[in-house]
Amino acid sequence: MMYRSKLERFLSEGKFAITAEIGPPKGSDPNKIKDKAKTVKSYADAFNITDNQTAVVRLSSLGGSIIILNMGLEPIMQITCRDRNRIALQSDVLGASANGIKNMLFLTGDHQLFGNHPNAKGVFDLDSIQLIQIVKNMRDNGIFQSGDKILSGNPDVYIGAAANPFADPFELRVDHLEKKIEAGADFIQTQSIYNLDKFNTWMDEVRSRGLDKKVHILAGITPLKSLKMTERMKFHVPGVDIPDNIYHRMKNAADIKEEGYNLALELIDNIKKIKGVHGIHITALFWEDIIPYLVKESGLYPRL
Amino acid sequence: MIITKQKDFDNLLTSITKGPVFIIGCSECATLCKTGGEDEIVKMKEDLRKNNIETTGWVVLDPACHLQNDKRLLKKHKNEIEKAKKILVLACGNGVQTVSEVIKNIDIIPGTDTLFLGEIKRLSDFEKRCIMCGDCIQDLFEGVCPISRCPKSMLNGPCGGSIDGKCEISNELDCIWDIIYKRLKEKGQLKRLKEIKKPKDWSKSTEMRRIL
Repeated sequence: MMYRSKLERFLSEGKFAITAEIGPPKGSDPNKIKDKAKTVKSYADAFNITDNQTAVVRLSSLGGSIIILNMGLEPIMQITCRDRNRIALQSDVLGASANGIKNMLFLTGDHQLFGNHPNAKGVFDLDSIQLIQIVKNMRDNGIFQSGDKILSGNPDVYIGAAANPFADPFELRVDHLEKKIEAGADFIQTQSIYNLDKFNTWMDEVRSRGLDKKVHILAGITPLKSLKMTERMKFHVPGVDIPDNIYHRMKNAADIKEEGYNLALELIDNIKKIKGVHGIHITALFWEDIIPYLVKESGLYPRL
Repeated sequence: MIITKQKDFDNLLTSITKGPVFIIGCSECATLCKTGGEDEIVKMKEDLRKNNIETTGWVVLDPACHLQNDKRLLKKHKNEIEKAKKILVLACGNGVQTVSEVIKNIDIIPGTDTLFLGEIKRLSDFEKRCIMCGDCIQDLFEGVCPISRCPKSMLNGPCGGSIDGKCEISNELDCIWDIIYKRLKEKGQLKRLKEIKKPKDWSKSTEMRRIL
């Protein structure tokens, strides 16, 4: 069996995969992203390069993906619908594919009001589900969204999507996942998990519909680094669910960083046991150097 | 209705710089929005006078977006208009442009910001309902429009930021996808949301620039 990427191979062979997020710098210095990449290189199988996350201008996900690809890391290039219309989105998929980028993750994107250019015009010509369907059709049938034919090379993309098991209305969350699978998602990365009970409820429904057999699910892990970050995530980041008991645990901790680290370890330990979860996706915001410790102590190292 | 908001008065003074002005209102939307009816024009006239800007005259067009009516009504104010250095239009963005087709030699100053096509919920409480895309698809969404009412214009919503029925960008904004969900649930038709909605055809909004 030929796999498009190491990530696809790991997931298809039933290994417990690890992906990690590398946020590109607010500037053109390639060493910033290279340093982060060096820190986490041996501790995950593929690396998400974010696309101006939270609508803050950073080095592009295409540029960042090429930089780490040249270092021998496997990128997961994130692409959002916020800043580009269907012409630019399809063009970027072709450009990325031509540069050897295999894994791409498609998102609708954070609204521009949250970022550092709130005066910008949001594009949102497509939503993530439509974009996923378009890319699948480009890959499998060589057809652009317009119906026009691709003339020289279908983009060979391993298609990723996000899922948020914690947003409202909760009743729709598995339907929404199912829609992304139907559109063409091959793998899913979830919103950061702190509420294990709710995640388990969601996964129970995922398994009962057999969706874990149709798509590979990587559970989101974001270690909490400080009380400020915990409070921001709990009260201000849309779609993140930090239960009160976890908030109090962080608030009362003698050493917050250690507590955040331990909490992440516990979550990974619990998530590894959940049937139908095929790996974890670690987003260590401004704390990438914690990733090697987390992976080693979780017994997930070495990555082979 | 076309919803307008009067511009901040200090900004308006900066745009006008020097009088005298002739003020034009509109009998329809701007009157209902209380931005360009007779009462607002009279108040504007007084406020300008306090800032040493005189008004040569005023008129409420019926409505400002009607070219032939504008020509006829403005003719009656020819002398007052000719004495003015600036024309202050308290109507929507369309009204401003129809007026500028009739009055060509004097600077036109828009006195309102045109916000959206929306619903009058209560007096002075308006909410966006339509962006006039040229291709209505509300039959797919229980008679509500996610293009105009979801800040991300999602056709396959909700996004991951819908919390307790509110939109992630403001807790004062209802999540339109939560409303669609509730209407379908009440009807027992939630499965209709499972169908993937295709990308929107935006060509309809650009090609329909004129209807004869």
